[in-house]
Amino acid sequence: MARAALPAVPPALRWLLLAALLLQLGWQAAHKPPPPQAQDLPPPPSLATLQLASLGEPQALSKLTMLYVQGFDEQAGLSIAWRKMDYGRIRQWLERALELDPRSQYPLLAASEVYGAVNDPPRVRLMLDFVYARFAEDPNRRWPWLAHAALVAKHRLHDLPLARQYARALRLQATAPEVPPWARELEAFILEDMNETEAARVLIGGLLHSGQITDPHELAFLARRLDALGTQQRQP
Amino acid sequence: MMPFRPPLLATGWAIARHTVLEAWRNRLLWLLLLAAAGAVLLGGFLNQLALTESRQLQAAVLAALLRLAAVFLMASFAVTSLLREAADKGLELLLALPIPRFVYLLGKLAGLAALAVLPAALFGALALYLAPPEQALLWAASLLCELWIVAAFCLLCTVTLNQVLPALAAAGAFYVLARLIALLQLLGHGPVGAHGLSQRLLNFVLDGIALLLPHLDSFTRTEWLLYQTGTAAALAAIGVQTALFVSLVVAAALFDLYRKNF
Repeated sequence: MARAALPAVPPALRWLLLAALLLQLGWQAAHKPPPPQAQDLPPPPSLATLQLASLGEPQALSKLTMLYVQGFDEQAGLSIAWRKMDYGRIRQWLERALELDPRSQYPLLAASEVYGAVNDPPRVRLMLDFVYARFAEDPNRRWPWLAHAALVAKHRLHDLPLARQYARALRLQATAPEVPPWARELEAFILEDMNETEAARVLIGGLLHSGQITDPHELAFLARRLDALGTQQRQP
Repeated sequence: MMPFRPPLLATGWAIARHTVLEAWRNRLLWLLLLAAAGAVLLGGFLNQLALTESRQLQAAVLAALLRLAAVFLMASFAVTSLLREAADKGLELLLALPIPRFVYLLGKLAGLAALAVLPAALFGALALYLAPPEQALLWAASLLCELWIVAAFCLLCTVTLNQVLPALAAAGAFYVLARLIALLQLLGHGPVGAHGLSQRLLNFVLDGIALLLPHLDSFTRTEWLLYQTGTAAALAAIGVQTALFVSLVVAAALFDLYRKNF
């Protein structure tokens, strides 16, 4: 439909439109949002609820769930220390994300490399236990995270029996040809007198060499983790 | 003198062509392009936030959004186009001509089916960027089948309900139910929950609905793009299901159309 030229609009209506626009802009500009307040991570909905809400797109919802959980330590400009977060809830959310998309590696990476990096042994154990508990469901795909968990158990928790338990599970269950031999031989590395940076270099270097990691964000993340470990080692 | 009878095929073709022309004038192509641009932007933004599986995250969000956008635009156009024609008395004029009613309905369906190729091809081309070609092709072909089912069901809704809002609500309810019915059955028969008489009755009703509906949860699966799990057999099953359900819905729409007095 063709539209008449601007003069066809009554002047009062033009002024009304302009005034309404200015009022709206003024209202929003004057209306400052309340200062951000840290909120606790709520308990996750049941798996059935999430499946219904996904409308048959569980993979998409799983990945969005991960972003939601990930966003909780950076809420509206507030950085919340991991040691203040409820790790029980985090674990429940990670479990839901993994149940929605069992092929996804994201929840296990987050547990092992992100939330497992907290400087609080009980919380670290919770995350490592999550990785170990879910490893047996798909060992040939999930082995990198248990390998990392074994190193964390040895170097940060100083719990050699736990590290050997994880390494043994790797040797016995991750038996597919695509799993590199060094992963099954991790038990030997665990027993060697190797420091954490060296061990992490072996693990991450092995992962890169085997071509298992191709995502550029994950590569950058692992490189940063390696640098951070190196810096920690150099500090007296 | 013999009355003039236009050739049926040519008449159906003309109705289909005008349906496509109307979609063009309704800026359907622009809306599809806008939806694609919006989904790409959102997927790209979320990609930047991911720690890992960033490409998979982008593909999952993009696929889910594009599928919903295609279905929403197709259903809205189908319902409003048919009901506008009825409101303008165009339908009565057409049916006053010596052409059978089935030609009108099948012509409309052919036009909508041809239109559905547009989102399937456009969004399929985007999927090519995120997944191997054979999986993207499978996804696009399945999306086309899904859109044909939605278009056919919208035809039935408009013929039967004659109003925009009830027809759109019915099409929406059908679509959501068809995507969730398998999960609802699974939950109903699962170990958790009540197993009393009311639950068994509900399960019986659900099973009946499940027999009638196409299971759209097995169509256009995002996991094909993420994990390359799509197979030709799955697409063949989708093709058969589409043919069967579209036939059923068109037969029901024709049944109602022939019963109508204008």
